[in-house]
Amino acid sequence: MSIKEKEQQVIEEFGLFDDWMDKYNYLIELGKELPLLDESLKVEKYLISGCQAQVWLHAGFRDGKVVFTADSDALITKGIVALLIRVLSGHSPQEILESDLSFIDEIGLKEHLSQTRSNGLVNMIKQMRLYAMAFQAKSIGNQ
Amino acid sequence: MPLNPEQIRKDFPALHQQVNGRDLVYLDNAATTQKPQQVIDRLQRYYTTENSNIHRGAHFLSQQATEAYEGARKTIRGFLNAPHERQVIFTRGTTESINLVASSFCKKFVQAGDEVLVSAMEHHSNIVPWQIACQDRQARLKVIPINDRGELLMDEYRELLNNRTRIVAVTHVSNALGSINPIREMIRLAHEKDIPVLIDGAQAVPHLSVDVQELDCDFYCISAHKMYGPMGVGVLYGKEEWLEKLPPYQGGGEMIRDVRFSGTTYNELPFKFEAGTPNVGDVLGMEAAVKYLQQFDAGDLAAYEEQLLHYALEQLQAFEQIRFVGSAEMRTGVVSFLFEDIHPYDTGTILDKMGIAVRTGHHCAQPLMEFFGIPGTVRVSLGIYNTRAEIDALVEGLKIVRNMFG
Repeated sequence: MSIKEKEQQVIEEFGLFDDWMDKYNYLIELGKELPLLDESLKVEKYLISGCQAQVWLHAGFRDGKVVFTADSDALITKGIVALLIRVLSGHSPQEILESDLSFIDEIGLKEHLSQTRSNGLVNMIKQMRLYAMAFQAKSIGNQ
Repeated sequence: MPLNPEQIRKDFPALHQQVNGRDLVYLDNAATTQKPQQVIDRLQRYYTTENSNIHRGAHFLSQQATEAYEGARKTIRGFLNAPHERQVIFTRGTTESINLVASSFCKKFVQAGDEVLVSAMEHHSNIVPWQIACQDRQARLKVIPINDRGELLMDEYRELLNNRTRIVAVTHVSNALGSINPIREMIRLAHEKDIPVLIDGAQAVPHLSVDVQELDCDFYCISAHKMYGPMGVGVLYGKEEWLEKLPPYQGGGEMIRDVRFSGTTYNELPFKFEAGTPNVGDVLGMEAAVKYLQQFDAGDLAAYEEQLLHYALEQLQAFEQIRFVGSAEMRTGVVSFLFEDIHPYDTGTILDKMGIAVRTGHHCAQPLMEFFGIPGTVRVSLGIYNTRAEIDALVEGLKIVRNMFG
């Protein structure tokens, strides 16, 4: 499934909710399900600091695909992190760099990506793109 | 006469709106307060009919604006009970007031090995300017510790005052905890050793009546936006002897007497510290905010806020899993807490969905959060227009938060 198809899938899922509370309950559930980052990776090196909620992000590169794992100390943030990982992880650097992640806006969670929230998500997305760029450069170098 | 919050609320248009489909419950007053119509009208009137640059132009508008601006200085002199208007310096706010003193004072009076004393509960604005100045002078920044209740340790403070201490900079009221510090006693103790004291009064003036002569502080810093006035304007009060001795902070127009390439002479107080075209409109807005506050009896105002604080504490205490951060005996209407095991960001996000505005995070007081060993808190901060019904809405909101995360 392409990134766009996955985004569409998430949008359809969120379309089922009538009110904000159901939506946030789902996010909280997603946050609880996200495979936790290995404790050994929850270190300064992988920390994306935000003034309010912290996010840890790890990226690996296997068979031309980027594999992300992440965690956050706040559950709502973690739920959104889970969505981002579901959509972006397992894709090639090129696909990740071409994605615009407009689904976040469509499911009504754009406010969490605003700078004022300072929850680490904006910087997490930047960091995901940086990883994609680095892996892309590396694989071109290897060829 | 007891305060009538329902009547007061009518003066604040921003309170009468819906957020996320609910009536706004604004409990983030320590971050900034809403503005009464009187302040908004004053700003509009200035820009509609009075706008002009001041202290120059021989024309009518300029003269009128100058008189209004200097009139505002008189009003604020009265508000703080400063001895003279020339001791009231307009700045961009508390942060700039502190930066001014930290920079100018340390440049002249602080040498390598000297000490500057701040407290563990300071806002970053009363830490970083001193850190920068100390670094520049190779001086040391020392910290007055606090106890678990969020009160300064006065014995330790006494011991920290020594012959290397050049200045003490401490907050009147903690922004994160609401603790009211015993600044009168602290100033007295510092003065016994001829050490001047700067007070960060940003969180005090909206709640307490302040008399700089009675306090005998050397500097007192305030922001208009925390006391129902506009953003981007504040005041530095200083004792005349200190203000005379301090070198200018910024250079530019207004602060000079004569400019020659061979050398410049500076204007007298307060203009020496007001470089550039001042923020006339907001200064007038600040005056309107002061006049707005002055229509209430300070005792009535404090009594109302205290009642509301106790009501809030009582209601919140009914939750089993709530940890209050800070429980100083003397405090203003600030309640900082951690709720269940829920991250403050999660609590704040869900409350926002219900139209309830609180602050979450470290409140620009990271060293204080580190002391308590927590990443941040949920902070409820009260103002003159808050009501018991709003506290009830908060409690209902927290119940929903608990159900969602529990």
